[in-house]
Amino acid sequence: MNLGFESTDIITLLPEIFLLTMACFILVVDVYLPEKLRHLTYQLAQGTLVGTLLLVISIYPSSLTLAMDNMFINDAMGALLKLVILAIVFVVFLYSRSYLQVRNILKGEYFVLGLFATLGMLIMVSAHNLLIIYLGLELMSLSLYAMVAMHRDSAQAAEAAMKYFILGALASGMLLYGMSILYGVTGNLDLAAIATNISDADSNKHTALVFGLVFIVIGLAFKLGAVPFHMWIPDVYQGAPTAITLFISSAPKIAAFAILMRLLVDGLSSLYVDWQGMLILLSILSMATGNIIAIAQTNIKRMFAYSTISHVGFLMLGVLSANQAGYAASLFYIITYSLMGLGGFGMILLLSRVGFEAENLDDFKGLNERSPWYAFIMLILMLSMAGVPPLLGFWAKWSVLNQVIQAGFIWLAVLAVLFAVIGAFYYLRIIKLMYFDKSEDRTPIEANMDMKITLSINGLIILFLGLMPDMLMAKCLKVLQVLI
Amino acid sequence: MLTDLPLLNLPLLSLLVWLPILGGIWVLMTAGKDDAVARPIALLISVLVFFLSLLLYIGFDTQTADMQFMEKHAWITTFQIYYHLGVDGISMPLIILTTFSTVLVILAGWEVIQSKVAQYLAAFLFMEGLMIGVFAALDAMLFYVLWEAMLVPMFVIIGIWGGARRIYATIKFFLYTFLGSVLMLVALLYLYSQADSFAILDFHKLIIPLDIQKFIFLAFFAAFAVKVPMWPVHTWLPDAHVEAPTGGSVILAAIMLKLGAYGFLRFSLPITPDASRELDWFIIGLSLIAVVYIGFVALMQQDMKKLIAYSSISHMGFVTLGFFIAFKILANPDLTNEAAMTTATMGIEGGIVQMISHGFISGALFLCVGVLYDRLHSRQIADYGGVANVMPRFALFAVLFGMANSGLPATSGFVGEFLVILSSFQANFWIAFLAAMTLILGAAYTLWMIKRVIFGKIGNDKVATLTDINARETFFLTVLAIAVLFFGLYPAPLLDVMHTTVQNLLVHIAQSKVI
Repeated sequence: MNLGFESTDIITLLPEIFLLTMACFILVVDVYLPEKLRHLTYQLAQGTLVGTLLLVISIYPSSLTLAMDNMFINDAMGALLKLVILAIVFVVFLYSRSYLQVRNILKGEYFVLGLFATLGMLIMVSAHNLLIIYLGLELMSLSLYAMVAMHRDSAQAAEAAMKYFILGALASGMLLYGMSILYGVTGNLDLAAIATNISDADSNKHTALVFGLVFIVIGLAFKLGAVPFHMWIPDVYQGAPTAITLFISSAPKIAAFAILMRLLVDGLSSLYVDWQGMLILLSILSMATGNIIAIAQTNIKRMFAYSTISHVGFLMLGVLSANQAGYAASLFYIITYSLMGLGGFGMILLLSRVGFEAENLDDFKGLNERSPWYAFIMLILMLSMAGVPPLLGFWAKWSVLNQVIQAGFIWLAVLAVLFAVIGAFYYLRIIKLMYFDKSEDRTPIEANMDMKITLSINGLIILFLGLMPDMLMAKCLKVLQVLI
Repeated sequence: MLTDLPLLNLPLLSLLVWLPILGGIWVLMTAGKDDAVARPIALLISVLVFFLSLLLYIGFDTQTADMQFMEKHAWITTFQIYYHLGVDGISMPLIILTTFSTVLVILAGWEVIQSKVAQYLAAFLFMEGLMIGVFAALDAMLFYVLWEAMLVPMFVIIGIWGGARRIYATIKFFLYTFLGSVLMLVALLYLYSQADSFAILDFHKLIIPLDIQKFIFLAFFAAFAVKVPMWPVHTWLPDAHVEAPTGGSVILAAIMLKLGAYGFLRFSLPITPDASRELDWFIIGLSLIAVVYIGFVALMQQDMKKLIAYSSISHMGFVTLGFFIAFKILANPDLTNEAAMTTATMGIEGGIVQMISHGFISGALFLCVGVLYDRLHSRQIADYGGVANVMPRFALFAVLFGMANSGLPATSGFVGEFLVILSSFQANFWIAFLAAMTLILGAAYTLWMIKRVIFGKIGNDKVATLTDINARETFFLTVLAIAVLFFGLYPAPLLDVMHTTVQNLLVHIAQSKVI
């Protein structure tokens, strides 16, 4: 392999380079900061994210750009996903600050690990080579394992971290195994080269390729949390400190979606007949399991975990349509989902305070009396997750259903809407608790002003984009037209 | 000329949709301070909206079946979804019924609702805007969005201000209607994949094979039958009605049920006429079960609200019967083409008149029960007796509305039932016979309730302490009484408005959509 290196490559990689440098810088600075200046770490981390975001915008590609000997790709979809990831991590840090502070885990490590995880995600988004995908994935995953374990006095968190690590490592192993088979058959690590190689492969190779594909899909399903590879999600979501759960449930999903797109669409699109069937199965199982088991939960973090699983099922509906509009629908779905998840966990953080975790469903009782405004924001979030118009979550479901129907899978659309109705029940239960039940807790809601404002904006954006979804839909479709 | 009014050039339908919604937000913002502010604001907005909706009637051209007061703006251009509004002779009267009922509902909750007043009023204003939007929407996705969004305020209204089993009732209501609607969504998306447009009028022109028409018909049926509600998917209605506050019951009975029937006219009949013809026996059968069986069920009720709820289901059976009897009439070989058309028009018009009339009458009956409930906090028939002795003015109204509910001539209840029964005779004697049973059953359950509650000796000490209706209550009951009597004696204004549209609809559904 000829490792050609050109100075323009640096420009393409500039956001990642900046993020890496700043993460190392913060790591060093944090060691020497006195406790009362600790907030500087927070500000530096946020500044880094903003800086990286601006860099991504400044090199926003007008066409597909490859760098580092085709290992790294900068395309419109990647840039959009990076912007979303960076914005989400920014909000995650903002929501988490006071929660972590009162629990004494607001340490430099949190931000440094968070930034490294973000770097991993950006690399995953831009990877154009099997090894780079794996590299990004592991950088992200290892940082996340450590973050879950950060609350070291909590047995629950340690257990969650252990589970997350073992199952995550297993998933990475699966993915790696699939990749190695792919390499064995095609003799290439580069996604574009693999794609060309497969499209004119003879039928003898096909069996081996599908064998490899199975492991790749399993690995991706693990990372996304699709049934039957979802077991880690409820335990990790529940066990991890809520602020970390917020992190795990939002941006990494987008990165996982990105490698799904890179592997299945960029690399293996000519095997779509094979992965389509696998995704249909994963999708139905996820929608069914997620929505049905969520009903039985009393812990809201666990409930959100199952709700995530069902959303992953819906997300796959778009991808399995196997055309541009379908991918755009899934992209729209994942962005919508991360906005909703952000708000949902944000609300739990808002209600938590010193020595009190708002973890149980009953903690939402009578919220309308304690604070009509935040009850309203939660109402928007829950209805949006349930897919009730005119909220953004409805349009997300609508987009993927539309594509599934256009692709001719009407039976699948009927199944999906039936599961959506089952799912509506547990979201309605939260609304019922907030609006129809009497509150046992009269403590006023205290939070930093920045958190209050951001959370309100978070909710209102879901309402506003629900009324005017055209911008985001058109954007998602446009970035995918550049692709392929 | 009235039709030259400059006001008619306003985007009237948009105003009717958005004014209540913006008003609702305004009312919400006054929450917490003084409830005395919220009530007049809400009343002012609802009255204003009512007068604006009358402009629709004034400016309406009865000679054309085309959509009027059209507005079309780009909304989601990526998928050809438009903000597209317009009314015809079927939707226009229903919009006026909506604005009219909302005014009454806001008056009805004036002194009764004391907790979270602003939220209560805002919920009704939101609903008003959304319901008007559903009637006026000409884009399938706009229709669907408003149709579903409407569930949310109703869910909250029943859940917060309802009776003892309100939570069970409201979740049942939501999930039942949600289940029906999502299947309709799949059908709409399929139609989009065929028509490459979401305009309902484009859907009307589609050529669809019969097998697929049947599936689409059933998907629409799932959405609309639940809303109407038709037997056997009616079970959410008694629960929702009984537990809802009076205002919620009125809106449910007067408007929400009509949305289902409206859906049949706007979607099922014109988009899938062949499937409707093939499956007319199915709908007619369910309608007759509703009329007869549910009539008997109503007879046995101990709870006044439940009785009226079952009576609503029974009366809505007439509406669906009127719509689908048209297919039987058109298929009747004994009739000349022209006679069949005239009779079928009569059936459908009868159904629509019944929708409007039932809106007035059931609304009025729920308000009457509300008047009693506010005083004694009981809906049981057995807790009353001899109310006429202490509340003579109230008794007058209750008896009038009871008579109207049993279909007494000279009340609006008579017109619709009579037209439907008359046209049914042209289709099949036994269908007409069973439908006519309602004249006996309706009278039996309504008048028996009236007898037990209103007449006789004073039932107990509590009844003796009742005070007669005050000026506010007299006002809204009088307005409804005038409406019931006016359309009973002179239904022509209503029939004129819808005549051209219904004839056009019939021409449309008489043609086959199969290649």
